[in-house]
Amino acid sequence: MHLENLSILNYKNIEQADLEFCSRLNCFFGDNGAGKTNMLDAIYYLSFCKSFFNAIDSLNIRHDTDYFMLKGQYTRKKEKELVSCGYKAGSKKQVKRNRKLYKRLSDHIGLFPLVMISPSDASLILGGSDERRKFIDGVISQFDHRYLESLIRYNRALLQRNNLLKKFAENRTFDHEILSIYDEQLIEHGEKIHKKRQDFLSGIIPVFQHFYAFISGGKENVVLEYNSSLNNTPLREQLAGEVEKDRATQYTNAGIHKDDLTLLLGEYPIKKTGSQGQNKTYLTALKFAQFEYLKNAAGLKPILLLDDIFDKLDSKRVEKIIELVSQDQFGQIFITDTNREHLENIVGRIPTEHKIFRIVDGKLNN
Amino acid sequence: MQNEHFPSKLLENAVDEFARLPGIGRKTALRMVLHLLRCELSEVEEFGQAIIQLRKEVKHCNVCHNISDTETCSICSNPARDRSVICVVENIRDVMAIENTRQYNGTYHVLGGIISPMDGIGPNNLEIESLIERVKTGEVIEVILALSTTMEGDTTNFYIYKKLKNTDVNLTTIARGVSVGGELEYTDEITLGRSIMNRLNYFDTIK
Ligand SMILES: [Zn+2]
Repeated sequence: MHLENLSILNYKNIEQADLEFCSRLNCFFGDNGAGKTNMLDAIYYLSFCKSFFNAIDSLNIRHDTDYFMLKGQYTRKKEKELVSCGYKAGSKKQVKRNRKLYKRLSDHIGLFPLVMISPSDASLILGGSDERRKFIDGVISQFDHRYLESLIRYNRALLQRNNLLKKFAENRTFDHEILSIYDEQLIEHGEKIHKKRQDFLSGIIPVFQHFYAFISGGKENVVLEYNSSLNNTPLREQLAGEVEKDRATQYTNAGIHKDDLTLLLGEYPIKKTGSQGQNKTYLTALKFAQFEYLKNAAGLKPILLLDDIFDKLDSKRVEKIIELVSQDQFGQIFITDTNREHLENIVGRIPTEHKIFRIVDGKLNN
Repeated sequence: MQNEHFPSKLLENAVDEFARLPGIGRKTALRMVLHLLRCELSEVEEFGQAIIQLRKEVKHCNVCHNISDTETCSICSNPARDRSVICVVENIRDVMAIENTRQYNGTYHVLGGIISPMDGIGPNNLEIESLIERVKTGEVIEVILALSTTMEGDTTNFYIYKKLKNTDVNLTTIARGVSVGGELEYTDEITLGRSIMNRLNYFDTIK
């Protein structure tokens, strides 16, 4: 699958732009703030019906205007496809596929798979466990609406159960019967979610290992593990065992809402020991593994967006990444960088088809 | 309208009261109050009287707990209705929706809400105990659970199921597409009418 052309109107700092892309490497260069990341974000928007950076659409409209419009012409499974997203301040956003308006945006998500690698991914390593669960949930739910439904139900039951525990404490009461109804719902959905997270991670972990070794030259040992109390003990048993603790803390202590990923470099958490370059390598390998997962799930090669990926990486690793993405397992790629020479140096050395765009003040300047 | 200055305390009080209604902001409240000020005094008196009378005189049916003008509501006191079937709903809007389908000839039981600890609603705040009592009279053959498909609706259904599972009553539920979070009152009449006729055994739906 690839994006053939993109037209942008009033999106962020871009007044108007019409771009024709090649099916492999497309590079944007320009100063910080020129708008190259906004170009990537427009492409992201067409796949996810929202900005990567800002979910509030009114803030994505260019200053002094009251609407934005994005249109992309794709080739997908040998068919031409037109996707358009429009938003006018104060009204509902409209997303169309081949001129047909979607009733539910969730029907669109996953059809034009895309992976974005951005400096903000660092929160996966540096942030709390909720960031890592959000990453896992985001990837799985794109192709599994029942997973998303289970997750919504689980979170709702959890919220109500925690409220119930507070009420028990406030009123000095306890009602096992009503508590057990929430337990049943947590168990039903929690076990399903756990199974799907486990399947997802056991699929991507070896792929991640392979990519990390490739980019780093195989000199560093990294570990990625799914860390869940459900790995060893069924949730039913845990909830039963924690009742007294739950009552004392007025909070549900066991469940998939406590899941996390263990990220190690050598024997230590990468959060504590990783250099910026190592962190970036780790995240890139993880996102590449996500790419492989999506590719299998969707049955086509996702679009890959690499925002400022070469910053903080030494030239050897940059070279390895370019070598990797120019292989046939990857498809269309969009890269941003501040330096033209740097970009030309990188892509000039590989035989893969490429195109370079210069962005100045939100405009295409070739 | 945060730094609003009312030239009249009377006006401000009235706006405050209207703004307490669901879905009414202060701007709308002010518009309503100004409208009332332009009306004839007799109209406004009727308006106020209707609300006070509603609040003072409204009754809840002593059988199904639906809102009623009489001790026993017109549905429960209608000899043509089948008392051996009870349809359990959240509120009067659900009763109205099902009545509009003209497909149902049983009676109702209005819970007055669904179990939601975060809103401070537990089983004791609802008409669940009175439902159990009704069933225990032995007259009832079937209880239809027609609560919303939200997690809270499911929780309430399951709670009722646990309370009734040792009785002989048939517990059923109405089928409603995939409208997760959808409320009963929004289902269109034909679909609702069809599902009230073709109900499912509740136990089969939770397995
Ligand atoms: Zn009645």
